[in-house]
This record gives sequence, structure tokens and C-alpha cells, in this order.
Amino acid sequence: MSLETFLIMRHELLLTAALLVVLVAELFSHPDKKGPIITLSVVCFGIITALGFIPSPEGELFGGMYVASGSRLMMKNILNIGVLLVILQSVDWLRRGENSDKTSEYFILLVSTLIGMNFMISSGHFLMFYIGLELATIPIAALAAFDKYRNNSAEAGIKLILISALSSGILLYGLSMIYGTTGTFYFNEIAAVFSDSNLQILGFIFFFTGMAFKISIVPFHLWTADVYEGAPINITAYLSVISKGAAIFIFIIVLFTVFPVIVGTWQKAIYLLSILTMTIGNLFAIRQQNLKRFLAFSSISQAGYILLGFVGGNQLGMASVIYYVLVYIFSNLGAFGVVLAVSNASGKENIDDYNGLYHTNPKLSLIMMLALFSLAGIPPVAGYFGKFFLFTAAAEKGFFTLVIIAVLNTIISLYYYLLIVKAMFLLKSETPVEKFRSTLYTRFALGLCVAGIIVTGFASTLFEFIRNLSFGV
Amino acid sequence: MINFSYTIWILLLPFLVFLLLGLAGHKLKPKLSGLIGTTGLGIITFLSYLTAYQYFFASEKVDGVFQKIIAFNGVWLQLTENLHIDIGILLDPISVMMLVVVTTVSFMVHIYSIGYMHGEKGFERFFAFLSLFSFSMLGLVVATNIFQMYIFWELVGVSSYLLIGFYYTKPSAVRASKKAFIVTRFADMGFLIGILILSFNTKTFDFITLTSLTGPAITQTGGAAFMGLSVITWSMIFVYMGGVGKSAMFPFHIWLPDAMEGPTPVSALIHAATMVVAGVYLVARMFPIYAIAAPDALNVVAYVGAFSSLLAAVIACTQTDIKRVLAYSTMSQIGYMMLALGVSGYGGHDGLGYMASMFHLFTHAMFKALLFLGAGAIIHAVHSNYMTEMGGLRKYLPITHATFLIACLTIAGIPPLSGFFSKDEILTAALHHNKLLFAVEYAVAGLTAFYMFRLYFSIFWRKETHYHHTPHEAPLTMTIPLIILAIGSVFSGFIPFSELVTSDSMPFESHIEMAVAIPSVLIGIAGIGIAYIMYKKETSIPDRLATTFKYSYKWAYNKFYIDEVYLYITKNIIFRYISTPIAWFDRHIVDGTMNLIAFTTQLLSFRIRNYQSGQLQKYGFVFVTGAIALAILFAYLWK
Repeated sequence: MSLETFLIMRHELLLTAALLVVLVAELFSHPDKKGPIITLSVVCFGIITALGFIPSPEGELFGGMYVASGSRLMMKNILNIGVLLVILQSVDWLRRGENSDKTSEYFILLVSTLIGMNFMISSGHFLMFYIGLELATIPIAALAAFDKYRNNSAEAGIKLILISALSSGILLYGLSMIYGTTGTFYFNEIAAVFSDSNLQILGFIFFFTGMAFKISIVPFHLWTADVYEGAPINITAYLSVISKGAAIFIFIIVLFTVFPVIVGTWQKAIYLLSILTMTIGNLFAIRQQNLKRFLAFSSISQAGYILLGFVGGNQLGMASVIYYVLVYIFSNLGAFGVVLAVSNASGKENIDDYNGLYHTNPKLSLIMMLALFSLAGIPPVAGYFGKFFLFTAAAEKGFFTLVIIAVLNTIISLYYYLLIVKAMFLLKSETPVEKFRSTLYTRFALGLCVAGIIVTGFASTLFEFIRNLSFGV
Repeated sequence: MINFSYTIWILLLPFLVFLLLGLAGHKLKPKLSGLIGTTGLGIITFLSYLTAYQYFFASEKVDGVFQKIIAFNGVWLQLTENLHIDIGILLDPISVMMLVVVTTVSFMVHIYSIGYMHGEKGFERFFAFLSLFSFSMLGLVVATNIFQMYIFWELVGVSSYLLIGFYYTKPSAVRASKKAFIVTRFADMGFLIGILILSFNTKTFDFITLTSLTGPAITQTGGAAFMGLSVITWSMIFVYMGGVGKSAMFPFHIWLPDAMEGPTPVSALIHAATMVVAGVYLVARMFPIYAIAAPDALNVVAYVGAFSSLLAAVIACTQTDIKRVLAYSTMSQIGYMMLALGVSGYGGHDGLGYMASMFHLFTHAMFKALLFLGAGAIIHAVHSNYMTEMGGLRKYLPITHATFLIACLTIAGIPPLSGFFSKDEILTAALHHNKLLFAVEYAVAGLTAFYMFRLYFSIFWRKETHYHHTPHEAPLTMTIPLIILAIGSVFSGFIPFSELVTSDSMPFESHIEMAVAIPSVLIGIAGIGIAYIMYKKETSIPDRLATTFKYSYKWAYNKFYIDEVYLYITKNIIFRYISTPIAWFDRHIVDGTMNLIAFTTQLLSFRIRNYQSGQLQKYGFVFVTGAIALAILFAYLWK
């Protein structure tokens, strides 16, 4: 293979190289001084993110098992940005005493999951897809149990690994049925011969549930609340944004390219699950007191909105999904970033603890407000445009009832997002969170989130760019 | 071709200054924030002058016509293939002229404010708002499409609201800001309806397409659609409604006098020179449609303009608050501009009215800003707005006196000051088109000279009032802008407007028509003369006149009770018969529905909480059940 060919899988190679660099640096570093490792990792990852944007050739590798196209590269870049934000936000947390002996493990696990996601997104073959999926899932379980001496965290890890084993089992079962009836694992070959025989549909349903598990679509979502609550906050952020985003990306690619024949069928399933997901996510989110748990349920309902982009099977739908994930990365990581900063400084994680936050930490409160507004979809921040395009995509194909239900759900979600805003700005507290100053890394990450929330909303060229790379059924 | 891409900075810079002062202003020293704001505007002024020079004198004309240049364009929201909202910069004669007007006056006001607002609380906030206003106004002026114009139109409204209510602890200022915002917002509703009708029928927002002679707005006029007028005519009348609100024309003029509650530099900038002429600019921008496709709408423009100008001139003769006199005078002069557009034809010498209107807009901006800033200097010196508490000020305020006199002579139309030239063109255009409107404007010219000199004599001559402390001349930062604007007022009449700004961008020859010029100068002098007799020295003539014409005087003094009529209509008719039922509907039906949703939501969320038990085996059970349910649905229902 020539160098040119290697460049096609540049993202994965760069990440592997970074992983090795951190691993080797760990061998030579002083056990008590982890500062250099952190800096090295952040710098490494920053460079990788930047390099990802250099245009690179499209093509196939390994006999078509690996596919690189414009849209897939863009998806990887979006994930890179998200992971960079997560890493920046994690620095403070990594510097705490109990984590100091596993700094490099954190990066290595994080980067390996990202490599898995990248392979999954680039797959043109179900085996490649499955390997990527597992590589993306198993290290996350380790990350969820990162605070292994804390019961919650250990519980989160074991729950995640068990339930994803169940889901993988079902998914593999489905894939084997598809293989059995079509005789191939290649995406394009399956698409050519796929019909709607019962066995194939059953195989498809099992594949569908496996993906629904990753995206935490109702009723395959129950694990999220416990895992999100138990895992360290930055891992929760990672799970709810990056991991979910990657699954959404590959799911839409597979649905649109492998199963276009049965589009009329999966449309109905998505239609139903979208309504269920956003409604039930909302209903649970209303009752939450713990912010992590709250954001977990809000991210379930967000997944419901994202399904609106799937339902039409149109190009605008795919563009709006990708765009929404990008916006969602900035918004949700902005919210998580604030929660993480407050938790690091004061150990407080409940909504009540945020009473009067504006008076002690006005900037953090403003960032939080902006992020929540974006999640709720209030103009003129990016989240509004994201929802607007999703709803337009569904309306373009005539799913008006679905759009109306989604709008009603956004109204409900407005209520609980504003509850937090109200707590921060209007309510008073006897024991407010003390005034504190975040470190450079956190401020940088939050600044990026704010810039993202504002700029992605107004830079329409971005959406046009995404639209040009998207495709329909 | 000259590259005009630098004009993007004309928009960006004031916005950046606004962000800087708005976010970090309280950390800076007041003096520094004033300096930043003023420097920023100085740079923009320079850039605008450069643009004007390059556009008018250095760029190529095609067949003697100034080209419309898109200096920058970005698609912001793609609605359909043709219909998209852009943000861009359009350079054509009127937008370039407006760039010069807006930046000049704004720059002067910035310098002036450093002195005038010295020591005020919220100094940096003031400059932040000024920058926001400049940004919005410039964005409005260079808009490439009607939707961009609408966005910035609203932004100017917001900045005007913020600045009128600058002294937010003063109830009257808060009331005035609310009034201004609500009245103009109401008018803007018409504007939006107009935009929607227009773009629905033409499938475009773009100004160049809209106003092109072969474009859809002009060629597809269609027949009568509603009440004998075509769709385009209706849309243009609605669009004009927005202009009526922003330009304080009858019947939406009631906000302008109250808006004088804002700091005086704001009145000079927003409520005299720039924002209030936005309505005129709007009509000028869409002029080909008005002139060719919607002549009935253009007639509306003419009559509304003429009536407003007469009404305002009569009211101005009776007011005693000097800023209010100036406010009504502004309204009257804008009426002139509207009328000039209304009587204009399209193309060549027919477009005299158009040219005259733009000319008057330009000269008016100079002398009216000068009058307001002068009034500011007077108020600064005597701490009162009422001319009854002034008199004999010429000794104390020599520079203000001289510049104020120049401005009064200019607005009265005395040659060779600029007001003479522009007003003369307007009267000529009116004479050729409509004798009635000419007669009205001729009378208004006399009234204008009268009330301006009533103001002048009452302030600077008449009796010597006893002041608490001796008035003193304003500081240099305030007098220098006065002098510069005075120079502008004197000489801007010599700019050959007919060679630069015309309806079809094709230069034509214009000359002074003696048959109009001489009578108009005469009536101006007559007005000054009457004011001289009545107000130069303290006499009893004004009081006697007021008693003789008791009722008409009272009517005019109370602004013809228009405010009261509005109050009656809103309180007793709209609130009682429309709003109350709507409120009931809102409270019971709309809120009731929402409460029902909330109640159901709470109930449901309470019911389903048990599914989230924390037991993994239960989760697995639900998972598998879900898969089976999906399989059943797929197999039996959806296949």
C-alpha cells in the first residue's frame, strides 16, 4: 500500500499514533508528576483535531470494508471537536488526587473508544462495523467505572457492560440472520439483494434495537439514567454526546444506504419511537433533582428530536441530523462543562444547589443559560436553527402530526430547562456555591462551547456545506 | 473595478465596539470608553468618505449610469431556491450618500457627547448604545434585500428605545421609550405584512431584482386585487406603513415629541438626522416600484407627507419646549421629503422630486443635527427646556448663538445656505406635479421660518432672564461639532446632487427656477419678519393673538388632541371591546389548555417513575419486550 492509500484512514492512524505516544510517555514519566502527560495529551489531541480538517482523498480500503467519503470525514471531525472539548474539561478532574495515578489510562481509554467510533463510521462491512462498535463500547464501561472505589461508579460500569452485552447479542443475532439470507456482509451488496422477507425483517429489527440501545431510544434507554448518574461527570458528558453522536451517524448512514428498500417500514418504526422517546424522556426529566440524571433524560428526549431527521429519509433530514449533533455537542458539553466546574469546586450536583448561582458566579450562570437555551431551542442560538431544520426536514415529507407533537414536547422541555435558569437567576440561597475561578483549560473549553453555540447558529454556510455532503434514500 | 470589500468594516467595526463597550465597558475608565467609541466611529467615517469618493468619482459608470455594486453578500437563511435571506452590502448612490450622512452626524454626536454626557452615570453604556445604533443604521442603509432591511430596521428601533430610556430612573423617559417602541412596532407590523405580500408575489427579497425595470414586481403588476388596487400597490402601502411609523408621519407621529426625553445628542442623531429619515430612505429604495407599478401608493406617500408637514408646522408654532419645537420641525421637514418623493416621476428630469428629496434629506441632516446639538448646548447652560425661561442668551453663548442662527436661516430657506437649494427643488417638483400640494408646502415654508425664528428670538434676544448662575459657553468638545456642522449646513447646498443621486442613477441638469425661488425666499423673509415683530422684544402681541384665536390656539397647543384621541380609542374601544374578550380567552382557553398539558405531564411522569427501578434484570426485560413488540408491529402491521 502506498502512502496515498494510508492517508485515506488518516483519522484512525493519527489517533492510534497519539495513543502510542501517550503510552510511551507514561513509561518514562515520573509517577508523581502527571502534569506533562496532561499537557502532552491535550496538545496531541488538539493537533489531531486540526489535522482532521485538511482535505484528504476519498476511497475504500481492505476490499471495501473501510470507506472514506466526504460526509464520513466530516462526521469524524465533528466527533474530534467534541472529544477535544471533553478532554479540556476533564483536566481539572484529572488533577485531583485520587485520579493522579491513572491519568494516562484515561486518555488511552478515551482515545481507543474514539478509534472504535471512527472505524464504525467508516465501515462498509458489518464485521468492521461490529468491531468498531465493540471497541467503542467496552472501554467506555471501564471509563464509567473510573472512580472504582465509589459504589455508584462501579455500578455504572457493570450495568453498562452487562446491558451492552445483551444488546450486542441481539444485534449480532440480527446480523447473522441478514448474513444468512443475503450471503454477504458488505453494505452495498446487502442493499442490492435485500427484500422484505420475514427473516430479513427480523434481522433488521434486531440490528435496529442494537442501535436504538446505543442512541438510548425508548424503550431501550433504561440503562442511561443509572449509568449517567454513576459515572464521573465528564464520562457522562462523553456518553451522552460523543458516543450517542457516533451511533447516530452510523445509524443514519446504514439506514439510508443499506436498507433503502424497506424505507416505508422503518419510517413507521422511527415515527413511533421518536414520539415515545421525546415524550418519555421529557416526562422523566421533569422529575429529576440531580443535574447529571436530569441531563441524561434531557439527552434522551433530544435523541427523540434527532429521529425527526431520520423519518423522511431525505437529504435535508440527514443534513439536519448532522448539524443538530454538532450543535448538540456544543450545547450539551457547555451545560456539562458548567456542571463539572461547579462539582469540582464545591462537590454540588443538585438543581437546588444552583440557587443563586448568578450572584456568586455570573459568567458560569450565563454560559449555562446559553447552553440550556440552545438545548431548548430558543432563538437566536444554534439550537433553535438545529430544531428548525429537523422539523423542516420532517415537514417536507409531510409528517405534520409528528412535527406538532415534537413542538409540544419542546414546550414541555422549555419548562424544565427554565427551572434551572430560574434557580440560577431568581432564587436565593442560604448556602450558595462559593465564588470560584476556573482554570485555563476549563475556561477555554467553555469559551469554545459558547462560540460554537453562537457561531454555528449564524454561519449558514456551515449548514449549506453539510447539506452538500449529505444524501437521501 | 474598484474593490469595495473593505466596506464590510463599516458594519463590523461599530458592532465590535458595541460588544467591547457593552461587555467590558464598566471596567474601563469612562473617558477611555468614550474615546474608543469616538475613534471607532472616526475610522468608519473615514471609510465611508473613501467609499463615497471611490463610488462617485473613481468607479466607472456604464452608459452614464451609476452601477449598483454588491460589495459583500452572504446567504444567511435559504428558504427556497429563490427566496433566501442574505446579509450583505449594496452600494448605490443613495446608500453611499446615506453612509456619509449617518457617519458624519454620528461622529459629530460622539464627539459632542464626550462633553455633554461628562460625569453622567452610565457613560460607557451610552457609548455602547450609540455604537449599536450606528451599526444598526448602517446595516439598514446598505441592506441588499428587504428582509435584511427589516432586521436592521427593528434593531434601530431597539437602540432608539434603549437610548430614549437612557435615564431609566425617570418615569417620563421610561414612558416615552415604551411609547416610541410600541407605536413604531405597530407600524412595523404593516411593514412585515407588506414584505410578506410582496415577496409572496415576486418570490424574492432582493432589492436589485425587485427594483429592476424588468423584474417581477414591476412587470407582473396584475389587475385590481382588492378594493380596486393591485396586489403590488397594497404591499407597497403596507411597506410604507412601516416608513410612516419610523419617520413619525401622521398618524404615527405621536411618539416623536415624547422621544425628546432622551439625552439631547441622541435626539440629534436618531430623532433628527438618521433614524427618522429611514422611512424616506425606504420609499427611495423601492422607488421604481412605487413610481411605475404602484402610483396610487405613491400618491398616499405624497398626501401623508404634505399633511404631516402642515400639521407639524402649525403645532410647532405653539410649543414652548425647545426640543419639542425641533421635534415637530423635524416631522414637518420629513413631510417635505415624503412629499417630494410622492410627486416625483421615474427617470431623467421627471425624477426631480426624488433627487430633491434625497438632497433635502442630506442638508436637513446637517442643519437639524446642528439645531439639536445647539439646543443641547443651551439646555446644558440654563438647565431648562422651556423657552419661557430663556432670553438674552446671545451674550453668554456666542458660538452657539452664531451656529444656531446659521441653522435657523438654513431651515428658513435663505440663499445661499443649503436649505434654500434643497427646498427650492422640492417646491419646483411639487409645482409641476400638483398645485394643491405646492400651495400647502409654500405655506409651510412660511410657517417654518416663523416658528424657527420665534424660537431663535425667544432664546437669544427678548428680555434678559434672571439666571440662578450665569450661563457659560459649552466646552470645546461640544462647540467643535457645532462649527463643523454649521460649515456643512452652509456649503452642502452646492453639492451637485442631480449629477450624483437620481431616480435612475443617470445624471441630469438641474437649475434654480426663479419663478419658485423668489416667492419662497420672500415668504421665508416674511415669516422671519413676523417673528421679529412678535418675539424680538417682549411684546403683548403673542398673548393677544392667543386670546383672539383662543380655540384654534388651544387646539394647536395641545397638538390637536391626537394623543388624547389615541388614548380614548385604545382605552375605551380596543381595551374594552377587543382586549378584554381576548384576555378572557387567553386566561381560560389558552392557559387552561396549557395547564391541562402540564397536569397530564406531571401525572404521567409520576405514574411511570417505577419503570426506572435501578434493577438491571428489569431493564433487560423491557429491552427484550421492546424488541419483540417491534417485531410484532413490523410483522403484522407495517409490512
